[in-house]
Amino acid sequence: MVFGVPAALALLWVFIRGSEALRRYILTRIALTLPMVLILVSVVFFVLRVMPGDVVSSTLGPKASEEVRENIIESLGLDDPLIVQYFKFLGDVVTLDLGDSFIGARRPIVDELGERLPATLELIIPAAIVALGTGLLFGTFAAVRRKRTADYGLRLYSVIVYSMPIFWLGLLLRLVFSVWLGWTPIAGRIDVVANTTLERTTNLLTVDSIISGNWSALLSVLHHMILPTLTLGLVLSGVFIRLTRINVIETLQEDYVISARARGIRERVVTYSYALKNAMIPVVTVIGLQVAILLAGAVLTETVFNWPGMGRYLIQRISARDFQAVQSTVAVFAMFVALISLAVDVIYSVLDPRVKY
Amino acid sequence: MTQDAIAADRSSVATGDVLYSIRDLSVEYGTRAGEVAAVDRVSLDIRKGEILGLVGESGCGKSTLGKAMMRMISPPGRITQGELWFAGEDLMTVSEAQMREIRGARLGMVFQDPMTSLNPLSKIVDHLTETITTHEPSVSEAAARDRAEQLIGRLGLRVERIDDYPHQFSGGMRQRIMIALALALRADLVIADEPTTALDVIVEAQFLDLLRELRAEFDLTIIMITHNIGVVAEVADRVAVMYAGRMAELGSVDEVFLDTKHPYGQGLLRAVPNIELDGSDLYQMEGAPPNLLHTPSGCPFHPRCPHVMPICSEREPAFAEVTPGHRASCWLFQEHDGEGER
Repeated sequence: MVFGVPAALALLWVFIRGSEALRRYILTRIALTLPMVLILVSVVFFVLRVMPGDVVSSTLGPKASEEVRENIIESLGLDDPLIVQYFKFLGDVVTLDLGDSFIGARRPIVDELGERLPATLELIIPAAIVALGTGLLFGTFAAVRRKRTADYGLRLYSVIVYSMPIFWLGLLLRLVFSVWLGWTPIAGRIDVVANTTLERTTNLLTVDSIISGNWSALLSVLHHMILPTLTLGLVLSGVFIRLTRINVIETLQEDYVISARARGIRERVVTYSYALKNAMIPVVTVIGLQVAILLAGAVLTETVFNWPGMGRYLIQRISARDFQAVQSTVAVFAMFVALISLAVDVIYSVLDPRVKY
Repeated sequence: MTQDAIAADRSSVATGDVLYSIRDLSVEYGTRAGEVAAVDRVSLDIRKGEILGLVGESGCGKSTLGKAMMRMISPPGRITQGELWFAGEDLMTVSEAQMREIRGARLGMVFQDPMTSLNPLSKIVDHLTETITTHEPSVSEAAARDRAEQLIGRLGLRVERIDDYPHQFSGGMRQRIMIALALALRADLVIADEPTTALDVIVEAQFLDLLRELRAEFDLTIIMITHNIGVVAEVADRVAVMYAGRMAELGSVDEVFLDTKHPYGQGLLRAVPNIELDGSDLYQMEGAPPNLLHTPSGCPFHPRCPHVMPICSEREPAFAEVTPGHRASCWLFQEHDGEGER
């Protein structure tokens, strides 16, 4: 949970520095986020209870004695009435305590997520950069080369990556680059040797290796990051390429672009400073919407690449019927998405002087 | 036009009287149905210091002509023939990089819709300083800002508003800003494409006054492209009337408006509503502008012309002088040897 702090701090800074209207806007948005999170965790809570199977049979198997089974059920509070369990869980969410995990050493979920969230961030942030970077760059390129070979090629590429399942692309890339060519590691975040030498403080392995000056570990971490971040980033890049392309094509026909050309402004400046900057506004809107897809993609990518993040944790705990862990992870995901889309809306007002809150 | 005539006209460019000379210019747009000649063999001299009104119906090619003068025709359009002489240089022969140096520096353009012609994400001052430093890289940002402030002040806007964004200004103010941009480098010639269409009449009158003042102050030559005959009558020295991509008539404002030669021009003038002529119905010209894919043979106006003669559908009249300085392309004023033979 420590890692929501930078985003929250940034928002706080905007909150303090911003205008009265902006402050009211942020408060309203946060207030609107609460019912959304409530509905989401409620749905997850009840769906989990409807699902066949329970934590005892999935961890101890069918041969566990009735006595053991009842003991565990009772100790987890699963024998309480549903409504009691529900409000107890809501209390956990509100206090950001999230309770204890159902399996293993029954560690606090906050601790378990705290170890895994950095891994997920280290996957989705570079992936978002890859997606957005290729999207803006190639989208603009395709728009400028409209109806030429490069444009057709990039459009074809976007459709292909967009329609390709992440796990399939991940497996393909792994087969080619890890198995056949041997250029990249098969899975994981860091190799075993580097792992033993790396001192962990933030669990963001890139940050940890930089602050401890462990350059061989950094190299290993980056090496492991290549395939997973590319897999996730490339799949999302298709949307951004198409979106950027169509918006740049539109802005290139705007009067202000034509009148900039009539003032002798260089074509490169016209394309990037006039057309792309204006085209960014709708693209930024979609970034907020894509965060949810990014997280869904992270679940798949982490599973394919054995990446010890929140996504793989979620999958593991769903099969173990660890209700507490699943509910809590989904709640964290929901809050994360809400936070990012709020941040995007605030960025919007920085980008476009016409938007005032 | 004969080669001799072109040569004679070109020599007049050298005399310094003519600032911009369009020679036999054609612009075509490729469409699915075929090539459309939006501008068809137009020749026109713009004299230094004048305000020339370029009038005609929508789609007659006047805006295309203005864009072609900046060499800003973009695909599917292209200039298929002709010469563009500006201050002794044929713009058709200069490179795109040289052309870019001329655009904005010596040739300015003001567009129809001031609401959409400024970058919504840039401050006014950035528009101006960017234009200045693009053409004069040696000018510092601070010096460019000084010049921008002077210009904005000269055009009657409050200097402290220079750091505002376009959406914070009214239409009339934005059109002043567009003028400031065209004047940022002291352009010799400003092509104003329907600059007052988006303005109400009071702002329009203020804007036209400003243009007249600026002409004297900045030694400007202005081409005013418009379909508003009233605007032309108010500010222009000379008027060029276009029809179906061709020149129909050219002369001083008095000549064209009081002694109209071309039947199209006569029809246009009769169709202007006049508050003093009450009771009578407003005149309406028969027919519609021709489809430029199938321009009528001979004189393009002949299907709508009340004075049509047999020759009009057979041969195209020359754009010839009727009286010195007053040209019209109409067989009524030209010798022709017979009734419609080839």
